[in-house]
Amino acid sequence: MNNNFFEVLRPGISTTFQDKGRFGMQHLGVVSSGCMDHKSFLIANALVLNDEKEGVLEFAYQGPLLKLTKGKTKFAITGNVLFQIINSKNETINGECNRSYDLDEGDQVDILATRQSAYGYLSVEGGFDVTPFCNSVSTLVRANIGPNEGKKIDIKHKILLKKNRKEKNNYAANVSIKKNDVIRVLKGTQFDYFSDATQKEFFFKDYKITNLTDRMGMRLEGKVLKNSVSTNIRSEGIIKGAIQVPADGQPIILLTDHPTIGGYPKIANVASADYDLLIQKIPGEKISFKCIELQEAEKIYKEYLTNISKIIKDIKKIY
Amino acid sequence: MFKKLSNIGDCGIVCDFGNEVNQKINTEVIKLFNHVRQQTFNQNLEGILNCTPSYNKLIINFDLKKINATKILNFLKSIDFTKLNLSQNKKKWTIPICYDFAMDLENMSKILKIDKDEIINIHSKAVFFVYMIGFVPGHPFMGDLDSKLFLDRLKTPRVKIPAGSVGIVEKFCNIYPYESPGGWNIIGKTPTKLFNKKDNNKPCLLSPGDTVRFKSISKKEFENLSNEQ
Repeated sequence: MNNNFFEVLRPGISTTFQDKGRFGMQHLGVVSSGCMDHKSFLIANALVLNDEKEGVLEFAYQGPLLKLTKGKTKFAITGNVLFQIINSKNETINGECNRSYDLDEGDQVDILATRQSAYGYLSVEGGFDVTPFCNSVSTLVRANIGPNEGKKIDIKHKILLKKNRKEKNNYAANVSIKKNDVIRVLKGTQFDYFSDATQKEFFFKDYKITNLTDRMGMRLEGKVLKNSVSTNIRSEGIIKGAIQVPADGQPIILLTDHPTIGGYPKIANVASADYDLLIQKIPGEKISFKCIELQEAEKIYKEYLTNISKIIKDIKKIY
Repeated sequence: MFKKLSNIGDCGIVCDFGNEVNQKINTEVIKLFNHVRQQTFNQNLEGILNCTPSYNKLIINFDLKKINATKILNFLKSIDFTKLNLSQNKKKWTIPICYDFAMDLENMSKILKIDKDEIINIHSKAVFFVYMIGFVPGHPFMGDLDSKLFLDRLKTPRVKIPAGSVGIVEKFCNIYPYESPGGWNIIGKTPTKLFNKKDNNKPCLLSPGDTVRFKSISKKEFENLSNEQ
């Protein structure tokens, strides 16, 4: 037991504890939650030599300003993030993503903004000292489930760390950022509710991401999708990445914190391999959908996993 | 027995039991749900992330890293439905309700042309079956209500319904576990907590397939029970 902690000097817009997610509870109305960007989450833990199950801090757009009031730690930030380290002598260092840094007592980390992306991650060596609920430290703000009473991190909060810094070296990962506006999808459960013309348009037109986008869902704006059968169905279980179309014909992509059941027809489902790419898109950006078959989706998911394993395997010691 | 199996994206399977919504069909869904959970628990089936039963469907979400759609479909097709059992998991609950907290009783009485006391009488006599739990943690969708009390949703949903409110629409009855917006006709309120975040082993009181009866309590009893929790 140590009392190492960060003090929150500025909480950021939406900063929460997250991990892989809380599984096996959807039949009780509890969605899995967990990190939006799985790849960045895994790299964040790997850079500070943590187990992949360890919880991290996820932030969106503007991140927190944290002061290490007590203790020494090692941290890493992943995603595409602009941040600075301000040491106790008031010297400012511009931070680089995808590498670890030592942090001493009195140092601050100022996470200014995510760059052309929505989510970023902060991991610390040994992890955060938070209490899991049903085997996970993921936060579901809507139902106040998870650490910090299920709420976003707020100003003056103390964020406790499990361990003092032990590891001498720092590490860096080589992560390339791919720009791609085409999201691969599979046909949805109610794909045939939509006319032939609408089905074609869905795969041909661009959709703009609106401001009504958060961890729960992403509302899109574009060509109205006409439903020729029924705009309501019997409520059924939801899987993240489902693209549902309510009566107004504007699609909503259900994301990590989705309701557990829902009653709108689903035109498509995002391929698992493209989920991280999708959720890093920000309001105002345009995306389009490409239809693929199950076999290809499985193949590209394997490639996605192989790519993450390779990045983690190739993590190198720096100075 | 399901009528149709299909894929949802690359990491989900939907078992479709047909279009009807009744307890018989839903019991079949829950039997399959229990079986998949049991097989997962016994480690005969790996990579299952979530299993979500609804009125007439079971949706299985799996970890594509560990298993794939073909393997799950083969597993589902090999199940002998005659051997699946429900009784072992079924619980009977009595949940206290205070009808003094009704928000729509007056209006319901007018629409249905039934005396308020008689509405309460019919509601408190019903044995409800938990069809499914969801949307938010612990939120049960139950049925079937006596057809004398069938009502549509409110034309204008309320912005705020207090936690514990019991609502009815058509043949269904629900309990709002959290303060939330909603369009159901509110007939009363329960002091019983449906979801307990402090309980890691069994945070949710009800399970799909359980049965629920409501027991009428006074405002005083409501307050006493609320204070106990």
